[in-house]
Amino acid sequence: MVYLNTIQSSDIIVFFFAGLMTIILLFGFILYFLFTYRHKQRDFNLLQLQKDEIDTQKHLLENTLNDLKLTQTQLIHSEKMASLGELTAGIAHEIQNPLNFVNNFSDVNIELLNEMITALDNQNYSEIKIMLNDVLMNETKINDHGKRADGIIKSMLQHSRKSSGIKEPININTLADEYMRLAYHGFRAKDKSFNAKTETDFDDSVGPVNVVPQDIGRVILNLITNAFYAVSEKKKSTSESYEPIVSINTRKKIAPGGKPTVILSVRDNGNGIPKEAIDKIFQPFFTTKPSGQGTGLGLSLSYDIVKAHGGDLKVSTKEGEYAEFIITLPIQNG
Amino acid sequence: MKVLVVDDERDVQILFEQRFRKEIKNNDMQFAFAFSGEEALDYLNIHQHEAVLILSDINMPGMSGLELLDRIKNKFKTPPPKVMMITAYGDKENFETAMRLGADDFLTKPVEFTVLKEKLKAI
Repeated sequence: MVYLNTIQSSDIIVFFFAGLMTIILLFGFILYFLFTYRHKQRDFNLLQLQKDEIDTQKHLLENTLNDLKLTQTQLIHSEKMASLGELTAGIAHEIQNPLNFVNNFSDVNIELLNEMITALDNQNYSEIKIMLNDVLMNETKINDHGKRADGIIKSMLQHSRKSSGIKEPININTLADEYMRLAYHGFRAKDKSFNAKTETDFDDSVGPVNVVPQDIGRVILNLITNAFYAVSEKKKSTSESYEPIVSINTRKKIAPGGKPTVILSVRDNGNGIPKEAIDKIFQPFFTTKPSGQGTGLGLSLSYDIVKAHGGDLKVSTKEGEYAEFIITLPIQNG
Repeated sequence: MKVLVVDDERDVQILFEQRFRKEIKNNDMQFAFAFSGEEALDYLNIHQHEAVLILSDINMPGMSGLELLDRIKNKFKTPPPKVMMITAYGDKENFETAMRLGADDFLTKPVEFTVLKEKLKAI
């Protein structure tokens, strides 16, 4: 009881204050929690917003990347189609010629066979034998020219088809020769005043080379059309005495490691490549042609194709004199 | 009649020899062949007054048929041989250039041999 009595007066104040302090503290805590919660909520909302924004950007970028990839494929395709367009006239001309021979020689054979029937009636056997030999020779010619047209159509289809990506052994000399003629007539059909001497020097010892034919065909075609373009540009700006020459040659060479390689070079005596352009010629979209005339993808694609074959594409040039593109390809790389 | 045929397609020789088999056999016509403009000029330099008629393809590598026509008409004046141009591209531009350079006739490929024979007989 004494104890109770003694705490009564002063301690009530203490209790009161302690209680008050507890309430204030509690309030403070509640306020603090409320405040931080709101703050965090705000931060969270902000983060959520940022995340959404990043997601949107990511999607946008992904879409842009897809668009770019699509555009790239389309550009590669249009470059291919542009080169096919350049070839169309050449192809038509190259097919028309053998077709004319086929028609003409078969006409002659009909004549000959009719004459042979008459000769047979007259029992003129020596005459028949001569005519038979002629028919036989003409048939061989019909066959040759039919195959020639067939080969041209096949190579055209091969050019327009999507690359199979499959390597097969091909005769690179035949391929180069075919594209040289197609490109020449294609160029002639576009510019009738154009004329150039074409020279080929093929090393027969090269043998079959294991490549993706469509791809290597495109590279060769691209280099040849570039060469024709170069000499035609020079012809426009120089005197009558200038004789445009485009030449292709192949050589078999044993690389330092002992591996057999084929070196194919396309050379023109045009204006060459200026110093300031030489480092850029293999870059995509770099072109010296007037706008709208070149995609700037030809050499860059060619470079990629040759590299993908484990080969190399180099250039040698002298301004005002010549440009020579040299492809090195391993012969057995399958 | 002596005809010089100029074409870069070598089989043109066999074709002409077969198409004009009877004429050659009867000695009505003789044919000579050149496979480029340059070869044609070489032939004409050696056999100056022999070829009466020259049939030339326009589209040939090296010297074109039109260039050859120009040289022939400028160089071989007495007597000037007749020159017939043959081309796969029968366009106006080629035709006009050939006529301006003095071509005597202009044929488009594929050559109709019956038409060609008629034309040759008329000369």
